[in-house]
Amino acid sequence: MKLVIERRDISSTLLRLTAPVVSIAVALLFAGVLILAAGINPFDAYREILYEAVGSTYGLSETLVKATPLIFAGLGVSLAFRMQIWNIGAEGQIYMGAMGATWVALFSGLENHWLLMIAMFCAAFVCGGLWAGVAGLLRARWSVNEVIVTLMMNYIAILLVNYLIYGPWRDPQGFNFPLTAQFADAARFANFFDTRLHSGFFLALFCALLLYLFMERTIWGYQIKVIGSNPQAARYAGMRTGVAIFAVLFLSGAIAGVAGLSEVAGLQYRLQHGISSGYGYTAIIIAWLARRSALGVIIVSLLMGILLVGGDSLQMLWQLPIAFVYAFQGLILFFLLGSDFFIQYRVKLIKGVQGG
Amino acid sequence: MSELLHIQNIRKTFPGVVALDDVSFTVASGEIHTLLGENGAGKSTLMNVLTGLYHPDSGRMHLAGQPVHFTSPRDSLSRGIGMVHQHFMLVPAHSVFENILLALDKVALVYDRKHYKQKIQKLIDTFELDLDLDTEVWKLSIGAQQWIELIKLLLRDCRLLILDEPTAVLTPQEAARLFKVLRLLQQQGKSIIFISHKMREVMEISDRVTVLKKGSSIATLKRGDFDAETLAGLMIGQDRIPQWQKNLQMSEKIILDIKNLSARNDRGLADLDDFSLQLKEGEILGIAGVAGNGQKALAEALTGLRDVSKGKIFAGAVDITHSSARSSYISGIAHIPEDRKSIGIAPDLDVADNLIMKSFKNSLFRLGIFQNRRAIRRNAEDKVSRFAIKSGPDGSPVRYLSGGNIQKVIIARELSEQPRVLVALYPTRGLDIGSAEYIHKVIVDGAGSGMSTILIAEDLDELLKLSDRIAVMFRGRLIGYADPRHTSREEIGLMMSGECREISL
Amino acid sequence: MVEILLDATVRAGTPILFATLGAILNERAGIINLGIEGLMLIGALAGFAGTFYSGSPLIGILAAFAVTFAAGSIHALITVQLRGNQIVSGLAMTMFGIGVTALFGRGMVGQTISGLERLPIPGLSQLPIIGRAFFQQDLLIYTSFVLVFLLWFFLYRTRIGLALRTVGENPAAADTCGISVSLYRFLAVTTGAGLVGIGGAYLSLAMTPMWIENMSAGRGWIAVALVIFSGWSSGKAMFGAYLFGGITAMQLRFQAIGTDISTHILQMLPYVFTILVLVVSTIRLQKGSSQQPQGLGLPYDREDRK
Repeated sequence: MKLVIERRDISSTLLRLTAPVVSIAVALLFAGVLILAAGINPFDAYREILYEAVGSTYGLSETLVKATPLIFAGLGVSLAFRMQIWNIGAEGQIYMGAMGATWVALFSGLENHWLLMIAMFCAAFVCGGLWAGVAGLLRARWSVNEVIVTLMMNYIAILLVNYLIYGPWRDPQGFNFPLTAQFADAARFANFFDTRLHSGFFLALFCALLLYLFMERTIWGYQIKVIGSNPQAARYAGMRTGVAIFAVLFLSGAIAGVAGLSEVAGLQYRLQHGISSGYGYTAIIIAWLARRSALGVIIVSLLMGILLVGGDSLQMLWQLPIAFVYAFQGLILFFLLGSDFFIQYRVKLIKGVQGG
Repeated sequence: MSELLHIQNIRKTFPGVVALDDVSFTVASGEIHTLLGENGAGKSTLMNVLTGLYHPDSGRMHLAGQPVHFTSPRDSLSRGIGMVHQHFMLVPAHSVFENILLALDKVALVYDRKHYKQKIQKLIDTFELDLDLDTEVWKLSIGAQQWIELIKLLLRDCRLLILDEPTAVLTPQEAARLFKVLRLLQQQGKSIIFISHKMREVMEISDRVTVLKKGSSIATLKRGDFDAETLAGLMIGQDRIPQWQKNLQMSEKIILDIKNLSARNDRGLADLDDFSLQLKEGEILGIAGVAGNGQKALAEALTGLRDVSKGKIFAGAVDITHSSARSSYISGIAHIPEDRKSIGIAPDLDVADNLIMKSFKNSLFRLGIFQNRRAIRRNAEDKVSRFAIKSGPDGSPVRYLSGGNIQKVIIARELSEQPRVLVALYPTRGLDIGSAEYIHKVIVDGAGSGMSTILIAEDLDELLKLSDRIAVMFRGRLIGYADPRHTSREEIGLMMSGECREISL
Repeated sequence: MVEILLDATVRAGTPILFATLGAILNERAGIINLGIEGLMLIGALAGFAGTFYSGSPLIGILAAFAVTFAAGSIHALITVQLRGNQIVSGLAMTMFGIGVTALFGRGMVGQTISGLERLPIPGLSQLPIIGRAFFQQDLLIYTSFVLVFLLWFFLYRTRIGLALRTVGENPAAADTCGISVSLYRFLAVTTGAGLVGIGGAYLSLAMTPMWIENMSAGRGWIAVALVIFSGWSSGKAMFGAYLFGGITAMQLRFQAIGTDISTHILQMLPYVFTILVLVVSTIRLQKGSSQQPQGLGLPYDREDRK
């Protein structure tokens, strides 16, 4: 008796669609076991998550608020994925975007609301883009592995922001806390429905639409798809893959940078610790789960938003560390990878000797 | 001669493909038994089943009278069956010694280096091979690498040796040397299954021949009962091998002038060494040579994929030496690449997207920064019908197409701009006869309308059939020209192994 | 002064050394492991908890190895048996490690243990300059010295080591020789993970004998870069690890002395340096004949060979 593994010739569509759902479900199960082992009732925990996140209008708005930076970062990371580039640095790019926007808000001297909005957007876009562009340059020019570079840039970015908020940008009226002064009203996003929901969310949806059009309808999106599918073929067809690598990483970081803008201008109104609590890493899961769909990014981001809102309340109620959300995300990925196997392969049991 | 191996009614399928339908034959001890068949007939698959790499869906095997079913290559190896694959199972970064050591049985955890080195050296000396045990394998020629594979099997005391297309990468002289060694082994009582699709070799070396066609064993013939025509007929299913009507009125206009081209690879070795060549309008120029003598570098230099360190390429009066891939294409040079799946196509995209891979910037297919999807689709419909491409449902990834159809997509794309020069690098490799014939037709038809082709191929027969002239490459240089009508295979073979010939054309 | 710096260098470099050696073992078999950061944390927590509950650092080290070995088997199962994407699986492992140690480490925060003691080697420990750094160290550091040699010997002078290298370079060739590619890869990943775990345990048992959430602070990633820097060789890995140890030691020294340079900027040094190291190593890789295992990162599927 032997286990034989064979590749399927056409992957089952049914499995491909149900796999993400099943993976999340099984991950929930395992996470529940872990939570139980840590002394918390998982049913209570899950009920609490749902209740907090979707059980009230305010809860829903909080979910959307949490989803906003996730959508941006998720779009950015998934853009890079289309070209088989791993942007693990969304976290740092968010910080850089936030930093850029903060500079404009506090130190540029601009006072007109729309001028500020545009300038802050540009600053966030460029800062995030350049931050990722470093990795893009290294990868395009010397084939340096972008995973490690973007990751290291995360640590550097957070330290840079720390330096600023502990040092030259510290709010003189801030009682020595590490944070900047508050933004003026003109530098803030509008709020909706008496909740914390801000225009960043709608900007994110718009961004998703733009990205969809970009990838599916423009010649640049076409080139990205070709390069992602087979960089050698792309080169043979005369496409300039080096330029594309830099451009895609720049764009990817720029979009993530806008997430930073969204957080400082829409939510926190200042630059401080924890502008992003792991959104950049969550974005990787989102991009992987959503495969190639901008709509998928939005949906998964909403789901993750639910998780994060719930996670916050779990931390308050039962001291469940918010970092546990990472573990849950890791579990989802594990099961997703496992299910990928069953989508691509068929397992057969064969008997030993055949007739003789 | 006693019967060593008996194979009965073997059947093996892969997703969507029946590789082996019903195969039966026997091998006696001390026999050289040839498996003959075209590309795709199932020879390699059958051998992989025999060695335990694949599991047959049904059928039986008997070794020395005992029923056997191998579960892995290790299993078959332990019973004395060893195979030298077409693609070597060597580790280029390791030394010859380490590669051979790996294949040995019962080596201790902490092994005695000296003892094993001596043992291997003795075998090398017995067969008068020229191998240095401490050299890294990537530095060796392909012929030398093949010897390593053979030694691995001999050290394991295999009684049945399977050689899969061993002469594909050898010059006629190296092949003769191999045959001498095989006869030596035969005298020692070993059996050899020799896989080939080259008629002459089969005629020379075989005691018996089994013909495979489309996954079934058609016939087994003894020496004396077969000749080239019979075998060819069994293989292809027709009695006549079609001859192409070649265009004998060629213009004398030089369309491509290659002067003293030199190019180095990233290891610093010369891929092209002072290479010069002239291509006439409407000519089919075949380039013969053992793979790895600079053919790929030549194709890449011509189509802008690789830069040259010295020399010039002129397309008419225009210097295109340092053109990029894009501008090469624009100046009328089309390229059918060597390995279609790894360079020629974007596997996840559909046929329509692949067809415009080189022309997507044309105003035809775009409206500013947006693509004109309707025009792209219309182009795809047009090409699919013109080139009879069997594609799947609309939008399905092109990697699901058969090898022949993928090649058609590439050809459709390359020829769509009416190129003046087509550079084809091993275009029929791995294709079934029908697809290969189609490509030949495209090349000959193209010649008729004035398109010149540089045809780089391994199969000398293919080159002789199609070419107006043949140029022979060796170590990056042009060794000489040959006339397909007059130059003998032996002479071409000599040129392929580096001997210059004074043939002026 | 130099003595103290050298000592701090060796100590700071040791966790990275273990992690790099473990990663080299992984990659020599052809599997990329980006989960090292998470595995280090798992090892750190397991080691700390093991020592805390048993009172013996040795038990702690064993616990660290065992637990990370088990954790590594997840990555192994996914990448080897299930042919999953190695990069994603590694990232998932890192996230999982960070989260799961945060959860289970709550009880360990603030607890203290007596860490690993120094065991001076008589005679050699009195040598000037290098005596303290190399011969007045704890058990784990001595083990790391031996391990560097052992790994080299294993890879280059034993049959199993040769088989392992072949699995990483050309799994099809190994398969044909009857070597079980999946078994070798599985064991390489898990054992390598165990080594990474020991590196993590060093953090919580010797460097700062306590448990802090996310205490590896990116060292796992530095190890990943060092694998490339070291050309997949254990000797050069040692050099690289101590190089980083040196930077960390100097950075701490500057902070202790107090300089005008902000502590935040100083803390950037290891990360910036990692990028530089990576760039230089990658460029070097392109030039010479590649030392990178040719089969790295690619799943092996026997039926793919047609």
